Amino acid sequence: MSTVIKNGHLIEPSTGISEAMDISYEGSKITNIGKDLSGDEVIDATGCVVCPGLVDIHVHFREPGFESKETIESGSRAAAAGGFTSVVTMANTSPTIDNAGMIEFVNRRARETAVIKIRPAACATKGMQGEELTEMAELKSVGAVAVTDDGKDIPSSWVMRRVMEYANMVDLPYMAHCEDHSLMEGGAMNEGYNSTRLGIPGMPKAMEEIMVERNARLAELTGAHLHIQHITTAGGIEILRRYKAKGIRITGEASPHHFTLTDDAIETYDSNAKMNPPLREQSDIDAIKEAIGDGTVDIIATDHAPHTPAEKDVEFSLAPFGILGLETSLGLVLTELVEPGVISIERAIEMMTVSGAKIVNIDAGVIREGGPADIAIFKKDQEWVVDAEKSESRSRNTPFNGRTLKGAIQRTICDGKTVFQA
Amino acid sequence: MSTESPITTWTRKHLIGIEELDRSEIELILDTAPQFMAVQQRESGIKKVPLLQGRLVVNLFMEPSTRTRVSFELAAKRLSADTLTFAASSSSTKKGETLHDTLANIEAMHSDIVVIRSQYSGAPQLLAKQHPSRIINAGDGNHEHPTQALLDAFTMRNHIRTLRDDPEAGLDGIRVALIGDIAHSRVARSNIWSLTKLGAQVIICGPQTLLPMEIEKMGVEVTSDLNEAMDGADIVYALRIQLERQSSALFPSLREYIRQFRVDQKSLEAAPDHALVMHPGPMNRDIELASDIADGPRSAVLDQVTNGVAVRMAVMHLMANSSQ
Amino acid sequence: MTDQSKIVMTPEAMKGHLAKLAEAILNAHRSAEDIYLLGIISRGKPLADRLAQIIKEKTGIEPHVGSLSTTLYRDDIRSGKVTVKLGSDSTHFDFDVTEKSIVFVDDVLYSGRTIRAAMDEVMDYGRPARIQLACLIDRGQRELPIQADYLGMSIQTQKSDHIQVLLNEIDGEDSVVLRTASEKTT
Repeated sequence: MSTVIKNGHLIEPSTGISEAMDISYEGSKITNIGKDLSGDEVIDATGCVVCPGLVDIHVHFREPGFESKETIESGSRAAAAGGFTSVVTMANTSPTIDNAGMIEFVNRRARETAVIKIRPAACATKGMQGEELTEMAELKSVGAVAVTDDGKDIPSSWVMRRVMEYANMVDLPYMAHCEDHSLMEGGAMNEGYNSTRLGIPGMPKAMEEIMVERNARLAELTGAHLHIQHITTAGGIEILRRYKAKGIRITGEASPHHFTLTDDAIETYDSNAKMNPPLREQSDIDAIKEAIGDGTVDIIATDHAPHTPAEKDVEFSLAPFGILGLETSLGLVLTELVEPGVISIERAIEMMTVSGAKIVNIDAGVIREGGPADIAIFKKDQEWVVDAEKSESRSRNTPFNGRTLKGAIQRTICDGKTVFQA
Repeated sequence: MSTESPITTWTRKHLIGIEELDRSEIELILDTAPQFMAVQQRESGIKKVPLLQGRLVVNLFMEPSTRTRVSFELAAKRLSADTLTFAASSSSTKKGETLHDTLANIEAMHSDIVVIRSQYSGAPQLLAKQHPSRIINAGDGNHEHPTQALLDAFTMRNHIRTLRDDPEAGLDGIRVALIGDIAHSRVARSNIWSLTKLGAQVIICGPQTLLPMEIEKMGVEVTSDLNEAMDGADIVYALRIQLERQSSALFPSLREYIRQFRVDQKSLEAAPDHALVMHPGPMNRDIELASDIADGPRSAVLDQVTNGVAVRMAVMHLMANSSQ
Repeated sequence: MTDQSKIVMTPEAMKGHLAKLAEAILNAHRSAEDIYLLGIISRGKPLADRLAQIIKEKTGIEPHVGSLSTTLYRDDIRSGKVTVKLGSDSTHFDFDVTEKSIVFVDDVLYSGRTIRAAMDEVMDYGRPARIQLACLIDRGQRELPIQADYLGMSIQTQKSDHIQVLLNEIDGEDSVVLRTASEKTT
């Protein structure tokens, strides 16, 4: 049975299409892209944007080990509700995803329970201890798309160098959470006037920037593909720009909360505004937006990090770091970047689809005839209010509860199956 | 002089910090305290008034403290309240009970006021969001310790009034030096808020490793030179240094700290003769403050303790008996 | 609604009543030295001072005088109507109350609650031998079993009436005014 999506405005970044266009698919494959198509089933996309299913290469689905926060299933439902059809899951689970057996576990659980496509990342060091390399060749062969010790950095430059060399050998990108943990000292928010006022130990911007520079230097030394996760500071942007100018294989991501909120959001000690790296200051938001506008930042990724209400509803210093992101990402991108004219909607979609797919070398983020029917349909001007209680996630930790966003997902299709419908 | 007109009623449910208070609210508390000093000073009579009779005041001390806890207990008892003290080390928090659950258990006993101290900034706010009790912050992490600042302002104001022989004098234009580990001091932060709101000039002084980022934005002068801080200071306020800080590379040795930052006979030579010396307690004798000064005529340390009970009585009376 | 005002005590009448009260108090004590007057703040205090003056003129001996503020002992504290009267006087006396004959002095006796609060307060200072009450006006409407031992005059009032005592020391003149709220005319 064939399905046709009619009357929508297709944005397909890899080919540069942005016009009224129909799409038809059958089974799990796209059959046709064109005008006035027909099919057995008709999805009316009048007034909607139709684009490739979104791709998020930085999410935490907590399985195995932390299933009360999230599972591969619930995470995939949250992703579908946000318009995503492919995600790259991080490896800091319990036990960590540091061997082929664990990748196969994630793959199996994804097959059994996920409604969208799950592509696992593996740890770069065993147990994320920052000492011994993982078996990257085997990990890649069973499906790992990247290596990362995300959650932490790798403190020893000696080990990081070898990680990059080895990852480069098997052609896997290293996804770097940049943090000099020795500057941590109990830090729970950005170090600045607000942390002084609120009496909360601070995490200075230098803590992140030191490692962005170090990791970039090592990427330069080794020729590896370094992907800088969640950049939050103007200083970090400056480093990213400088190394890109040198032609180093470095890419960078920004998370929606880092270009939307400053550390003012912590005013009432709301631990739903606590994450690592933390919310910074307006000057940093300005720098990130500028870097998104000029292409220095390559992709948007959420760092979706669920924690249960009981875990978050404690004293600020004791609450775990992390917030949800999948269901609010598109809305924040459209409201905070597209509407004010920082980037065009076409570029926004590109940063949320094919750009991320290219970094991890997966077949996603594209609508092409014969390709997978992974499609998102959304109303770009529709306003909606974020309601944490209605999240598909098992957790509720978002700082955006009650916020009005523009851009509502109507339907998400993965391998030809509707996996979310508003 | 203050351009805000004096107020006669307290309207807040909680006392969590000085930052959010108006000058007139601070002055209301300072002006309510003297009658409670009189109660404490009754020679022959009972040092009690029935203002909180039948109410329950719970001390929830998640961080150990003797002096503040005792001061609040005494204040509550002198208002004829029933008191209950819940100290974390002996409690179910060790068994993993959250702060919310601890307080909910206590509220099942219908507490009117909860006095909370925690090692974590923001604990009172966390509770205030979800629990019906009135909450007094007895110190949260590095954030604030409002009743300490209030009793300090009361002490300073009494000193200035005596010095100038003016029973109406305020703290406008007086110069206060806060000396020591500012970064980890909630007492410093609360004092900065109250003193600047009351029109005083504040200069903070400590090793650069113990000065928080951008603190000048709170409206204070900043220095690491003790002589500069002492110059023209009407009040010299020594803060407690935590001896463990030495091991975390925050200062090299007590010896150096003493030479650079101790308030003693020698360093006070740079201060005016009338300067009052204060300390929030407990004191590390001869480290941040020399014994002979602490015990001498320029020291207000014991007055601070006495004043503390009266100020806390004033706070609890205003909170418990206001129209909320 | 129109109020009707009536002067129920002229300055001369007040002088007369105070002289009578002073005489009665003196007669109830062996000597002026044994008299301990506590004026209930606010208007009881100047009245107590005046009585002390009259007694001193009569005997050459000044009785003991102090003032009592009942704000910390009000029984309506939980009503939430607490306001702090800044700059007002507080309780002050420099004698031990134990074993003494205390005379409260107040301008108007009404529900009796102020006097009850005054008794609670004085008892927290010690154990007087006896406590008595000297009052300029009793306006009735008692809510507690309390009476004046020395009384100037008695007036029947309604709860809606308002008795205003003016004293030279505070208001610049001496007089007592009764304001009755009359019924609404349709």
